[in-house]
Amino acid sequence: MARDAKSNKPKSQAIEIMKRLAKNKLAMLGLVVIVLMILVAVFAPWIAPYRFEEQNMEAVYLSPCKEHLLGTDKLGRDILSRLIYGARQSLRIGIFSVAIGAVLGTALGAVAGFYGGRTDNIIMRILDIYQSIPGMLLAIALAASLGPGVNNAIFAVGISTIPVYSRIIRASIMTVRDKEYIEAATAINASDFRIITRHVLPNSFAPLIVEITMNIGNSILMAATLSFIGLGAQPPSPEWGAMLSDGRNFMRDYGYLVIYPGICIMASVLSFNMLGDGLRDALDPRLKN
Amino acid sequence: MGTILEVKNLKKYFSTPKGELHAVDDISFKIEEGKTLGVVGESGCGKSTLGRTILHLLESTSGRIIFDGEDITKVNKKKLREIRENMQMIFQDPFASLNPRMSVRETIMEPLVIQGKLSKTEIEAETEKLMETVGLARRLADSYPHELDGGRRQRIGIARALALNPKFILCDEPVSALDVSIQAQILNLMLDLQEERKLTYIFVTHDLSVVKYISDEIMVMYLGQMVEKASSDELFRNPLHPYTKALLSAIPVPDVHAKKERILLKGEITSPINPKPGCRFAARCLYATKRCASTQNVAEISEGHFVACHAAVENKKKEEVKEL
Repeated sequence: MARDAKSNKPKSQAIEIMKRLAKNKLAMLGLVVIVLMILVAVFAPWIAPYRFEEQNMEAVYLSPCKEHLLGTDKLGRDILSRLIYGARQSLRIGIFSVAIGAVLGTALGAVAGFYGGRTDNIIMRILDIYQSIPGMLLAIALAASLGPGVNNAIFAVGISTIPVYSRIIRASIMTVRDKEYIEAATAINASDFRIITRHVLPNSFAPLIVEITMNIGNSILMAATLSFIGLGAQPPSPEWGAMLSDGRNFMRDYGYLVIYPGICIMASVLSFNMLGDGLRDALDPRLKN
Repeated sequence: MGTILEVKNLKKYFSTPKGELHAVDDISFKIEEGKTLGVVGESGCGKSTLGRTILHLLESTSGRIIFDGEDITKVNKKKLREIRENMQMIFQDPFASLNPRMSVRETIMEPLVIQGKLSKTEIEAETEKLMETVGLARRLADSYPHELDGGRRQRIGIARALALNPKFILCDEPVSALDVSIQAQILNLMLDLQEERKLTYIFVTHDLSVVKYISDEIMVMYLGQMVEKASSDELFRNPLHPYTKALLSAIPVPDVHAKKERILLKGEITSPINPKPGCRFAARCLYATKRCASTQNVAEISEGHFVACHAAVENKKKEEVKEL
């Protein structure tokens, strides 16, 4: 046991989890790809050789060559540059849509799990109805009714994932709710809000972290799907799904138009999933050592 | 000093699929300010439920709770906050009753933060004072519960209970999860605090040697009911209820050669769900007769010595006749 007065649980626990995570090669590979993606997104203007909307009518449908490493599309735009800028779009969609879903889902799940009984029943039955509509279909319906656009796609994907988070947080809150320290908090006059935010949630976050990580990948995929069917990002936006959509009519002759954005989507989704898997193992205390 | 807490005919029933579970059934007692009432009984006899009902962690089914001259049986939220500043609780398991993600400092200062009467610096100062009072080194302020041993954790629990400067503390088996050597330290700390701050305790436990050490009065519970209550000395010297006698005979004596007569109870504890009228202990009692099917109310046999047993009351009457 640590005798050092400076050491404390969140730090030492976080370090321990990171150590366990570091042993998982796939998760580390995922993490490296994600970090690279974030760096590329942040420094896109400096990395990309061209601007993403820059057209060059003298160089349309160029196969990969020296000037255009991954070729150009029907308007002579550099694919590599578009992919680099596209990382910004995809990350933004992934992070914001998950944020919407996670915040709303956690709030609903926390209330349902903490109060139980009738409150729980009402919230969870509504979410049951909600969940009986396939997530993708719901996102398409929402995006279609809101109109095309990246922000609407983010909103649609976020809203359609609420029940997933609610269920997870509800389940883990129900195990924490009956702990003695919750009763102790009641005895010192803590309000329900304080008990939920200070005592219950911090002790039931682990499964949520895993779910969030995994869902960023799924959200990117869902948003790409929306863009592919024309409900998400609109031209000239370099969103990866939109690029796939742009290139699909020409993919027999110019396969690289769809291969590279496809690889990008696959790599990012796979990375988030691998990291999420690794986190789940690392956060599980039974798998210690 | 006056009565600080009075409980009258307190009942707490839980409805279960099989029927009403009588966790606390018709209990009445008074505690003088600055005194300790020990509550003993086996697991499941309702002693913890009794305490939690008094603190409004559970709502009572019927009966009255009078604290400091005020009826607090039914209270609104605002009043409840006020009451809880004067009534605090020390929990049984110092491992389960502390939030694992809050440091020692955060845990102790939380009641003060919630109360919101003091400024930030005042709270900091008060927290340090509290840590000193309960014997926690200042360097531990930023530690987390899992880094500390059971005794230190229980000191955190005590400091938290003291933070609002309450008059009354419910101690729910505060030492039963601790090593014997640490039990003594914690008990002494609690006795010192009682003297310093004029605290009143209800001390719930199943450990008879502990309860003898700390209590002024002892109440013995069986299946939700009070079977005997007397001053600590009187109860150990002259137990009247057969159940109390059996309990006391179970205390080990630190002498290998001593041959002690033990009263071994036969049979199972009867179910607290929809109990039959009459004495609940009758099924296991060595002296049970027909009359035990009717209820014997709690009677005061001698001053301050209450018992709920037909046989005990009858013996007392016989003695009185003899004396005449």
